[in-house]
Amino acid sequence: MPDDAPLLRMVNIVKNFPGVKALKGVDLDVVAGEVHALMGENGAGKSTLMKCLIGIHPQTSGDIYFQGRKLPPHYNPAEALDMGLAMIHQELSPIAHRPIMENIWLGREPKNKFGLIDHAKMAEMTRDVLKLIDLDIDPRTRMGELTVAKMQMVEIAKALSFDAKLIIMDEPTSAITDREVTQLFKLIERLKSEGRGIVYISHKMDEIFQIADRITVFRDGERVGTDRANDTTMDRMITMMVGRPIDEMFPKVDCDIGAVHLEVKGLSSGRAFKDVSFTVRKGEILGLAGLVGAGRSEVVESIFGLRHLDAGEIFIDGKPVSIRSPGDAIGHGMAFLTEDRRDTGIFPMLDIQFNMYIANMRKFTSKSSVRLLSFKRIKEEVTNFIDTINIKTPSQYQKIENLSGGNQQKVLVARWLMTEPEILFLDEPTRGIDVGAKAEIHKLVTYLAGQGKCVVMISSELPEVLGMSDRVVVMYEGKVTGILDNTNQKLTQEEVMRYASGAVELEAAGKLV
Amino acid sequence: MAKENTFDWAAFFKKYGIFVILLLMVTMVSILRPNFLTANNIFNVLTQSSIFGIMALGLTLIIISKGIDLGAGSVLAFSGVVAASLAQTGGAMGKYFPNLPELPWILPVIVALAIGTLCGFINGSLVAKTGIPAFIATLGMTTVARGLALIYTGGRPISSLSSGFTFFGGKVGIIPMPVVVWFCAIAVTYVLLGYTSFGKSIYAIGGNIKAAEVSGIPVARNLILIYSFGGLMCGLAAVVFAGRVQSMHPGAAVGYELTAIAATTIGGTSHSGGIGTVTGAVIGALILGVLRNGLTLLGVHPYWQQVAEGVIIVVAVIIDMRTNASKK
Repeated sequence: MPDDAPLLRMVNIVKNFPGVKALKGVDLDVVAGEVHALMGENGAGKSTLMKCLIGIHPQTSGDIYFQGRKLPPHYNPAEALDMGLAMIHQELSPIAHRPIMENIWLGREPKNKFGLIDHAKMAEMTRDVLKLIDLDIDPRTRMGELTVAKMQMVEIAKALSFDAKLIIMDEPTSAITDREVTQLFKLIERLKSEGRGIVYISHKMDEIFQIADRITVFRDGERVGTDRANDTTMDRMITMMVGRPIDEMFPKVDCDIGAVHLEVKGLSSGRAFKDVSFTVRKGEILGLAGLVGAGRSEVVESIFGLRHLDAGEIFIDGKPVSIRSPGDAIGHGMAFLTEDRRDTGIFPMLDIQFNMYIANMRKFTSKSSVRLLSFKRIKEEVTNFIDTINIKTPSQYQKIENLSGGNQQKVLVARWLMTEPEILFLDEPTRGIDVGAKAEIHKLVTYLAGQGKCVVMISSELPEVLGMSDRVVVMYEGKVTGILDNTNQKLTQEEVMRYASGAVELEAAGKLV
Repeated sequence: MAKENTFDWAAFFKKYGIFVILLLMVTMVSILRPNFLTANNIFNVLTQSSIFGIMALGLTLIIISKGIDLGAGSVLAFSGVVAASLAQTGGAMGKYFPNLPELPWILPVIVALAIGTLCGFINGSLVAKTGIPAFIATLGMTTVARGLALIYTGGRPISSLSSGFTFFGGKVGIIPMPVVVWFCAIAVTYVLLGYTSFGKSIYAIGGNIKAAEVSGIPVARNLILIYSFGGLMCGLAAVVFAGRVQSMHPGAAVGYELTAIAATTIGGTSHSGGIGTVTGAVIGALILGVLRNGLTLLGVHPYWQQVAEGVIIVVAVIIDMRTNASKK
């Protein structure tokens, strides 16, 4: 790793938002040809620092030096791009209906002699840029047709079209498959070798140790420290992030498992899944494992009344129930924490209070003939939940989008706990949230099981599934390939993967020896 | 998370800014034209604002749900002419139903409300069940309802309305009935939106329709109810309109929906859904009312008044978007 004058130096960066000190004087340097990982809980300040750097919101005070030059105190993202600072955001927002080439050259389209856009030339230029990253796609393909991973690649190509010397990647692997991650890492290695600096923001420890040269940890708007990846350990990183050692990531305690409460038989829905049956007992945590696209979320959506069932029956305490809408499901004591917090969970521009009581309005409506909501009772209950599950916010009237991801997730958990459910479906409950909040959610799930609730947890993180579940239902291409016992956490990742990848099925069919 | 206890001007302005603007306008006009602040003139302003003020209440619900109703003026005209045809005095000349005796006032009122609600129900069903944009569904209703009004009347106005029916456009002492009707509608809408689960579900639908569905809200049913309520308000506005003008013609209230949308928008209801208040819609309507009345008192030509109104609407939305821009 080259070690001369740094490519980027940020000195004593302070950023204040109304009511919040997001960055309290942070230093950071990135040298050319290194991958510098930023870690920290949600809300620790890593994304904010990067948004200062690329001009989305300028810092309150502090200096930035890039390629030996001091940058002006204010500049916008377009100017940042021109200077060679590019960011690949966690949630990409391409113009889905327009072709790749227009997305890349937006605002600087090549013109012909009449001053009109020269589409042929633009396609050519796009092909050249895509070649830089070995991406072979027709420049006229609409962005919306690409996978998230491909869109990311196009974004990187766009950054290279500006000859970006520093590329920031915010959680680039949160929505792409393992194979695509490998490709991304190959590309990152190549960008490194070209002398570009990469800032890599991620929660995923294994990835960071695989790709990073140096790691900087943030906590509460401050830099805790910077370590060389070769000279440090995961435990040390976690300790730095949370400020205390975490002894037990999955605090699974075995609790008394009672009678079967929920049973589903022969559920089928279109092409999504077929003939799915399983039972959940009181006090049991049932893991739903499988690869992305195996149909796990779809099964839960169907049970919850969000998706049409072609066939199958649902029994609660042995009695068949009919669930046509989420309202019915909630009425039967079900709760569903969905996978995509932004898409199907939060009401971003509304406050925490609203986000909690919205699924519970029946509970807070007076029984008199004029059926009004009691905001006094709502306020009390919301206050209780903020305290008991430790949501960090100045008040319950704060807009939920101003909270960190982990705290948003806790608000959603509170929404469902308020319904006093007997059956909880948790779809990727810890995706995209930091280590501390993750541990808290695990603890809460265990506690709920201890209270005799049924928990059905979907997770793509196998250690999480294995650490938390009593039994694991494994799905592969819309079918249940195995229901595995996990008493004393005896299952191994390899064993689950054999079912999740369809290997067991193929063996049974004699196609694989 | 660090918290500072400084006074948050941005939050203050966001909450009360629109009210401050109304007060400033009232103060300015009062200084320039002292006769603005007479009881008579104030009732004038309120009466003039009441019709689009009532429509703005329905539109507030619709816009919070991330919808729009472009057909409100036409629905007003259609429900108005049908009601008026049933509200003519006993012995009038050239009656729509020549042999119909004078009916009790409540009947045509119910008819106006029912037709308005039905039109809204159709709008809502189209939006909820077919998934077409509200803009298109209600654009269709604009011309359909206007056409029906013209067909029904043959293009002629309907007058000689019974005094019972026109009561809601008149005065009791110095109190104008349109203002009373408007205030009652405000009270009902205020409670509906702020204190019922139906009202809160509107914010949920506008804020994130998928999350609303997951949270157990009957989205389709409530969308139909939202547009039906909007139609009901048009029917109510039609009763007031007919009472004030003492007649109803099929070309009435052209463009009223735009004024009502403007009032709602000036009042801070966001077209991106999930944000808006009844208070805002009322103050928005008053701002437009004061603007029109004030400019008239100041002797500004009506053509220029239109220009001023347009500018105000756009500026209000710009301010609203600035203050509501999410701080990311």
